[in-house]
Amino acid sequence: MSTRTIQGQKNLQNINQASKDGIGGSPLRPDGTLKVKGEFAYSSDMWHEDMLWGMALRSPHPRANILSVDISEALKLPGVYAVLTHQDIPGSKFYGLEIQDQPALAIDKVRYHGEAIALVAADHPETARRAVKKIKVEYEVLTPIVTEEQCLDPETHGYVHEPHEFKSHGYGNICHEQKLVSGLGVTDEVRALADVVISGDYEVGMQDQAFLGPESGLAVPAEDGGIDLYIATQWLHVDRQQMAPVLGLPEEKVRLTLAGVGGAFGGREDISMQIHACLLAQHTGKPVKIVYARDESFYGHVHRHPAKMHYEHGVTRDGKLVFADCRIVLDGGAYASASPAVVGNAASLGHGPYVIPNVKMHAIALYSNNPSCGAMRGFGAVQAAFGYESQMDKLAEALGMDPVEFRQLNAMAEGDHMPTGQQIDSPAPVAELLQRVKDMPLPPPLDLDNLDIRAVPGALSNTSHGEGIVRGVGYSVGIKNVGFSEGFDDYSTARVRLEVIGGEPVAMVHTAMAEVGQGGVTVHAQIARTELGVEQVTIHPANTEVGSAGSTSASRQTYMTGGAVKLAAEAVKQALITKGRRRYGWTQNDIDLVAGKVVSESAGVLVSMVDLLGDEAIDLTREHHHRPTVPFDKETGQGFGHVQYTFCANRAVVDVDVELGLVKVVELTAVQDVGKALNPLSVVGQIQGGCTQALGLAVMEEIIVKDGKVRNASFTDYLIPTILDTPPIPVEILELPDPNAPYGLRGVGEAPTVSATPSIVAAIRQATGIALTRIPVRPEHLTGTL
Amino acid sequence: MEFLRPATWDEALAAKAEYPTALPISGGTDVMVEMNFDVHRPSAILDLNRIPELRQWEIDGDVVKLGASVPYSRIIDELSEQLPGLAKAAHTVGSPQIRNRGSVGGNLGGASPAGDAHPALLAAGRDVFVEAVSVRGTRLIPIDEFYVGVKRNSLAADELIRTVHIPVADGPQQFSKIGTRNAMVIAVCAFGFALHPKNHTVGTGIGSAAPTPRRAVEAEEYLQGALEERGLWESGGLLGAEVTQRFGELVKAAASPIDDVRGTADYRRHTLAVMARRTLTWCWNDYSKQIRSAA
Ligand SMILES: Cc1cc2nc3c(=O)[nH]c(=O)nc-3n(C[C@H](O)[C@H](O)[C@H](O)COP(=O)(O)OP(=O)(O)OC[C@H]3O[C@@H](n4cnc5c(N)ncnc54)[C@H](O)[C@@H]3O)c2cc1C
Repeated sequence: MSTRTIQGQKNLQNINQASKDGIGGSPLRPDGTLKVKGEFAYSSDMWHEDMLWGMALRSPHPRANILSVDISEALKLPGVYAVLTHQDIPGSKFYGLEIQDQPALAIDKVRYHGEAIALVAADHPETARRAVKKIKVEYEVLTPIVTEEQCLDPETHGYVHEPHEFKSHGYGNICHEQKLVSGLGVTDEVRALADVVISGDYEVGMQDQAFLGPESGLAVPAEDGGIDLYIATQWLHVDRQQMAPVLGLPEEKVRLTLAGVGGAFGGREDISMQIHACLLAQHTGKPVKIVYARDESFYGHVHRHPAKMHYEHGVTRDGKLVFADCRIVLDGGAYASASPAVVGNAASLGHGPYVIPNVKMHAIALYSNNPSCGAMRGFGAVQAAFGYESQMDKLAEALGMDPVEFRQLNAMAEGDHMPTGQQIDSPAPVAELLQRVKDMPLPPPLDLDNLDIRAVPGALSNTSHGEGIVRGVGYSVGIKNVGFSEGFDDYSTARVRLEVIGGEPVAMVHTAMAEVGQGGVTVHAQIARTELGVEQVTIHPANTEVGSAGSTSASRQTYMTGGAVKLAAEAVKQALITKGRRRYGWTQNDIDLVAGKVVSESAGVLVSMVDLLGDEAIDLTREHHHRPTVPFDKETGQGFGHVQYTFCANRAVVDVDVELGLVKVVELTAVQDVGKALNPLSVVGQIQGGCTQALGLAVMEEIIVKDGKVRNASFTDYLIPTILDTPPIPVEILELPDPNAPYGLRGVGEAPTVSATPSIVAAIRQATGIALTRIPVRPEHLTGTL
Repeated sequence: MEFLRPATWDEALAAKAEYPTALPISGGTDVMVEMNFDVHRPSAILDLNRIPELRQWEIDGDVVKLGASVPYSRIIDELSEQLPGLAKAAHTVGSPQIRNRGSVGGNLGGASPAGDAHPALLAAGRDVFVEAVSVRGTRLIPIDEFYVGVKRNSLAADELIRTVHIPVADGPQQFSKIGTRNAMVIAVCAFGFALHPKNHTVGTGIGSAAPTPRRAVEAEEYLQGALEERGLWESGGLLGAEVTQRFGELVKAAASPIDDVRGTADYRRHTLAVMARRTLTWCWNDYSKQIRSAA
């Protein structure tokens, strides 16, 4: 869109002098042009001679006992090579990211709509589809456990996982729980200190990652009895860790290579078809490809946890927060997935970037017969931000204060403490972000005389020529953690090789980082250029031949794997300089690699890298660990639990057709501190993408589940923003370095997804005067026709 | 599955007579999606894309004969003047890619209550006909009689749609559609409206708010009466809030919507009334301008 202003560009002044494509530059992504032209090879495009097509039979019921499974008719179909049930699994029957509670194929019961029961491999996808239909399953259909009330009363409504089979840390139908108390907690005495007390109940619907590339991969059996899997995923090594025990193989015989990923957003953090394709390949001895159809994709991956939240805040007459009490109930669905981490984030970040002397929090994730929920961009923090930011607006209104000033008055800053007791030990410019976003120029009002119909709510649907339209403006700010928390050592590994190829020094970077579209490979090359003073960098395909790179999630990859590339490149550089010292007897302490040469600041150019390297390659691998964290105390929630915090502030301007309840977001402004923008263009892209996904949650994106059944498993009815829904997103970037992080950088991808949603809802509230306690906001909410 | 590719219209009719269960495919924007989602596994597919006359339109007197396969993008580009209501509806269909392939013949073939062509066709006058042809001969099916149930039309198994006959507009026409996003959305509900000054009638069409697309007959009659009684066709004078309000209420009353994932029945009724008022107002403002400038 030509109207976009990318104010982040001003940071280009930091371009590294040595190479314009080093850190701070904005070289283009190697995959960008291919993707735009439709030439990029996605995982669903793979093909292997002699390959079979795998397909799963999925449960039409959210809760049922399986009385029998008859595969005989399916097996008889010509072209069918295998039909497998849980009885055919050679190893462990369960897997899971944190808690191994999910059967690879259902055993005697199904716990959600779409759970896989049996697998088919056939020589044609149509044959596989027919064979799936011929599998006969006899069900005893049970009433699904789907509401909070039902889940919390297992005596009456039953258990999603019976007590004898229960594997998580919770109890009953509670998968995970985290409490938190700080200051004096929230008691009647504390309440009495406040002049104004405001409470509210808020609800967040089930959002989907809605990546466009369906789950897919190709499993190829190897001669050594192992298996090679080419797969679109977010974390190769954690897939392998979950797969190997089920396949009954040692980890080294399960080799994974990243295939082209068509988006992820958390939805590929869990296993989908990985185990299924490998089981079929193991069984048939043939390569097996699985590609989900669109509806299967909606059943086959976890979603964002829907949430119900109760907030109570107390403030003094002059606007200082006194206390905050909160209860967050997240619906985790049938299996644990990332629920414990989601609960941890909700509990520890659920009071927002504010200084609040007295705090109480209780967050739980339920087990239910709804679809499983797990990782999605900003998890735990996204749900809570809608609650606390809605409260901030209510509080400001009750006090007659400006919503931005009220937030600024209570904003946390470096040196303050989180409710977990963790001190913020790097910049936290919350008040400044708000000021900057407020100071950006506002878009012009709708020009009713020269109306471009695409600019009004409804756009080309031709619902308004200016009638009923009211503008609103809203603000919000949010907080997100970067990296894995609560004592988890999610280290990253990188291998860097330097050698002369074609008369030029060339660096090769090899990691297992999943490039899911975030631009990690671009940044790795930039880091290698800057550290090694070379122009040519190649990126080795990501695979499990090198150590783990951790997950492409939690805004962590540039920090963690980028940090590992930096360490490995620095080690290579030192090795090269040491080689030179040995050969030439240099004594200078100011030696660096610049533009293909070894240079000393005092003595000038010492030697070219080509001459120094000769035929030798320097090839080193390093691990990057972030500073250690600790688990939160179960009862008090206290602990140094997070690696880093990141903040974003937004302003939304919306036009609402108040008669029809249709919304058009006119502009969505973001200001974010990124510590250091390694690639400013990518940073702006991440922020704009994060804002757009937040917009989706604010006004349209929801998986609709009724009695445990998914009602809209398609892009016909699961709506995501189109270009006409996506407004100009001016971005301003701050670069306040975090001394603990490589280059001072701060993870970028999630903060805007956390903060932008509430600003849009606030703007709609301002336009309509309607309270709006549930997202996504539907036209029915705005017209009283629910 | 058989794939039949007739090169001429007569061959197509012969094929449809021989394979009455063959599924015709024109733009394929419904057919291919449904096959992908495993809704259909037809025994045969009858490809109409090689038949040139289906992609043509002509004006015969004051009637447009619109070939069944003329894509929406061409209706917008070539027929906005003659068929403004249908062109406005075409503009709301899907995305540019869909508008380049999708056709009115396909919309009628599917007969989905959410099809966007239907309200515009229903509003376009009493003389809109679907030309249904088989080896047995040709029928002109009045548009009101074409839709017979949810996704069911009155074509016989051996019939194909050749053209749709739509009177050239003799007055302003409008089309409005509600969707929960600002492009590429299936109608939550839709409304087509047209003024027909020549014979002092008005046309309405309701989409996605009943098992089939339908007219709001009482609303039409009320409005015709009001316009006649007050001499408004001649004067082009102000309608007045009472008339638009009542018209909106009658349109709303003509619908029998359901609650579904796309919206509630109440919301559909509510927005139909709003769309009816707005489209009537837009058309009437245009009409009075014409009257005043003619005077
Ligand atoms: C992404 C997307 C968005 C869409 N958005 C909209 C929208 O906004 N509004 C809307 O109304 N529709 C929408 N559709 C549906 C579809 O595009 C329309 O219904 C279109 O009019 C179908 O035309 P077609 O030529 O592609 O039909 P096809 O798919 O070829 O056929 C549709 C049906 O008509 C039958 N048929 C086709 N030609 C004939 C004929 N000559 N005689 C008899 N039967 C025939 C076929 O057998 C089939 O049953 C959308 C579809 C997609 C994929």
